[in-house]
Amino acid sequence: MSLDSVDRAAGTPDEEQPYLELGLKDDEYARVREILGRRPTQTELAMYSIMWSEHCSYKSSKVHLRQFADMPENERLLVGMGENAGVVDVGEGLAVTFKVESHNHPSYVEPYQGAATGVGGIVRDILTMGARPVLVMDPLRFGDIDHPDTQRVLPGIVAGIGGYGNCLGLPNIGGEVVFDPTYQGNPLVNALCLGVMPKDRIQLSAATGVGNVVVLLGAKTGRDGIGGVSVLASATFDDDGPANRPAVQVGDPFTEKLLIEACLEMYDAKLVQGIQDLGGAGLTCALTETSAAGKSGMHAHLERVPLREASMEPHEILASESQERMLAIVTPEDLPAVLAIAEKWGVLATDIGEVTDGDRLVISWHDEVVVDVPPGSLADDGPVYTRPIERPADQDELAANALPAYPDAAGLRALLLRMIASPNLCSRRWVVEQFDRVVLGDTVLAWPEDAGVVRLSEETGLGIALATDGNGRYTRLDPYAGAQLALAEAYRNVVATGAVPIAVTNCLNFGSPEDPAVMWQFAEATRGLAEACRELGTPVTGGNVSFYNQTGSTPINPTPVVGVLGLFDDVARRTPMGFRDEGETLLLLGDTRDELGGSEWAWAEHRHLGGRPPAVDLAREKLLGEVLVSGSRDGMLSAAHDLSDGGLAQALVESALRFGTGARVVLPQGQGQDPFVQLFSESAGRALVAVPRSEELRFTEMCAARGLPCTRIGVTDGQGDGATLEVQDLFTVPLAELREAYESTLPRMFGPLAGATADAPAAPAL
Amino acid sequence: MSARIGVVTFPGSLDDRDAQRAVRLSGAEPVPLWHGDGDLHGVDAVVLPGGFSYGDYLRCGAIARFAPVMNAIVEQAAEGLPVLGICNGFQVLCESHLLPGALTRNQNLHFVNRDQRLRVDSTATLWTGGYDQGQEIVIPVKNGEGCYVADERTLDQLEAEGRIVARYVGGNPNGSARDIAGIANERGNVVGLMPHPEHAVEHLTGPGTDGLGFFTSVLKALVSA
Repeated sequence: MSLDSVDRAAGTPDEEQPYLELGLKDDEYARVREILGRRPTQTELAMYSIMWSEHCSYKSSKVHLRQFADMPENERLLVGMGENAGVVDVGEGLAVTFKVESHNHPSYVEPYQGAATGVGGIVRDILTMGARPVLVMDPLRFGDIDHPDTQRVLPGIVAGIGGYGNCLGLPNIGGEVVFDPTYQGNPLVNALCLGVMPKDRIQLSAATGVGNVVVLLGAKTGRDGIGGVSVLASATFDDDGPANRPAVQVGDPFTEKLLIEACLEMYDAKLVQGIQDLGGAGLTCALTETSAAGKSGMHAHLERVPLREASMEPHEILASESQERMLAIVTPEDLPAVLAIAEKWGVLATDIGEVTDGDRLVISWHDEVVVDVPPGSLADDGPVYTRPIERPADQDELAANALPAYPDAAGLRALLLRMIASPNLCSRRWVVEQFDRVVLGDTVLAWPEDAGVVRLSEETGLGIALATDGNGRYTRLDPYAGAQLALAEAYRNVVATGAVPIAVTNCLNFGSPEDPAVMWQFAEATRGLAEACRELGTPVTGGNVSFYNQTGSTPINPTPVVGVLGLFDDVARRTPMGFRDEGETLLLLGDTRDELGGSEWAWAEHRHLGGRPPAVDLAREKLLGEVLVSGSRDGMLSAAHDLSDGGLAQALVESALRFGTGARVVLPQGQGQDPFVQLFSESAGRALVAVPRSEELRFTEMCAARGLPCTRIGVTDGQGDGATLEVQDLFTVPLAELREAYESTLPRMFGPLAGATADAPAAPAL
Repeated sequence: MSARIGVVTFPGSLDDRDAQRAVRLSGAEPVPLWHGDGDLHGVDAVVLPGGFSYGDYLRCGAIARFAPVMNAIVEQAAEGLPVLGICNGFQVLCESHLLPGALTRNQNLHFVNRDQRLRVDSTATLWTGGYDQGQEIVIPVKNGEGCYVADERTLDQLEAEGRIVARYVGGNPNGSARDIAGIANERGNVVGLMPHPEHAVEHLTGPGTDGLGFFTSVLKALVSA
């Protein structure tokens, strides 16, 4: 068949086109014809199908996401939603940009490459904003730990994240690892990156300036990843599982590292007028978004694009999702300098077109024009749907599903050991040791701490804290509350380190938007999250929606993952989670209620999901945050750990094991004080802190003055071989026995750790 | 005037700025060196930092050894220039035959990052003179190909000549022969070390400051030389 040029399309209006196979609906295809005033060429059709896919156009989520834009003015927010990532002013002339994105389906099809390119993609988003990427995090969710496919998926994903991130030289400072059968056929691989830049280096994507040159930087373009967004990300796996391997991209972190260094050097030399990364939808997306954002015309000459495979056709070149590529707009005068920097770093740089007068994106292949479209019609004017919403029929049934009977006091010792060894509460060491957590030399706290803390300035100690959280079970029980609880927990993790929360990113992982029950979950979750962000004063700066996470007609538990960014004036005052010294007072902040619906106990012990998730009290979260930040500022706290999954019991064990310091705990006694509830309830708005005796009075008086409940529950006690965790009148467990239970689960399932010692690390000096 | 210590950046070097920071914190002046530049700019010592030089898609360090900067380093090392290769730098030193043996995939095939206890077994090198013989230190290890191998005769020779600079204690993270974490050449001016001393130079960001000794040792050696 001869090339389907614009001229040919105009002359053959009745030619049949495979728009349904490409994912466009009848009415969407009709709109394309209307916009163009003719049938689209084969290449144009491919471009519309990609840009109007769910993944690129947010057509089902847009109407709900508008709530995130409706926030009070925030002077820190330099770039809000809509660009590649939001940008936040952190003072001292610096700005940070951060974002979390999903790479779920590719990681199921091909775990190693899917996860690796997930890291690569989010890193380029951050680089595009002008920032040097300085850290990554990975919230991960898998099927059952003992399911055979988890043996395929988890090691591959972990190795892929490590293989890419380690080779890029970015510390991986935290994230999540969750097991639940809801993710069996659809694991969630979310990737977060944060970057830092001088405030005046922010880059935007707009292509402006008639005559400016369009430069393609980085890897050659190949056939990998064609159809990634429209095939993989915007459709559901059938029950046969993954069979789309060619649609997964292949990563080359070395090329990305060079691309990062080259781009940063170009930014610093002020050589770049506009820049856009090539991610999902590749060149199609980059060309349309830069020209649409600049309200300019553009002419791209596809035959100039360096190819890995010479036989590639125009629509393949435009749809390829080959990794490690960027598109820069530079002036003709600066072009030689840009090419010189690219050459220095061994990065391919090719002039593939120019910014033109007018408002058409014209793409030619040798002498024939194959695309002639208004770029805005692809980038901004895609379809927007208000999808039908219907509360799931089983929602009431779930809420009415009563919890199993609580265990009595005699069984609590054994229960504790089972709980800390359970898949969702056990040590993540097997995973996290495969990630470089210290490269760049600014990591102050990383896993297993509540939040990662990274120094931005060696001179002043300016730094940030970052945590992500999500709980699919809570969100299944109540999407509105579940999304708020995810935010509240990430917020609590950040304040536990002593940082002040300033901004939010999110990755909204849901089932099919064509299922009204899923859309109800989505609508409820976004409403809950937006309201909570407003109340906590932490604006959403950007994020990502991932739909079609389901197998057949069964969607995953709705899983909004929320990342909270906190700020430190000086990271030297960070509060770690571990008990350090003996004889310090343990205080439980907040209220413990009988709240075990959706809890880890109900799930781990009984595979039970029902009832209500813990109550949300955002005013309390805020108050708790103020107290923890003040405690850190005034040097009153030597340890702080947020309470969440697994409750007080889990927090006590983790804080004791961190540096090998034991504790004697006395639970409050009296009417209605069930020790099981006190140990395992997951009531929100709580934290466990250790304070030196000398600070105890000052701290408890501050809590009293501010109205935060504060209960003395024990003291730290014992270090070394004989150290124990004692809960008075209930049980005493040696730390060695706790450690054995806590550490052995993942190595037993996925292979032993080489030469690992069971000792606690020494507590670092503060 | 303070000593000038060069830190080489290959394409794919990752811990180069961290090594520069460690040099600075030890009191010396860090001098960035570029892989394509065969001139060492008169530095008093050189650090080859960690990372994945040239992507390490071939054998680790196999391409880096052919970089112009390495010609100069090999030449001057023979005349006594102090050279410390950390992680990828250790791999480059082995590929350059400045040190014997090779570094292969970790025994369990996983990348491993953890705070690692080491014992300093030789203080007779320019980079370890400031430690006590047998001193135990904790510095981070992070590598995927850190399993040191050599034939038995070479290993025996290294032992006999006191050239095993440091060993892993309390667990061997990568399966290295005889728990070897680092070795030196005969003269003691060239040292290769798999763990990262440059990541143990501040209490705030490391497990402690045990790593500083490598950098302060060479400064002392330079002053007294």
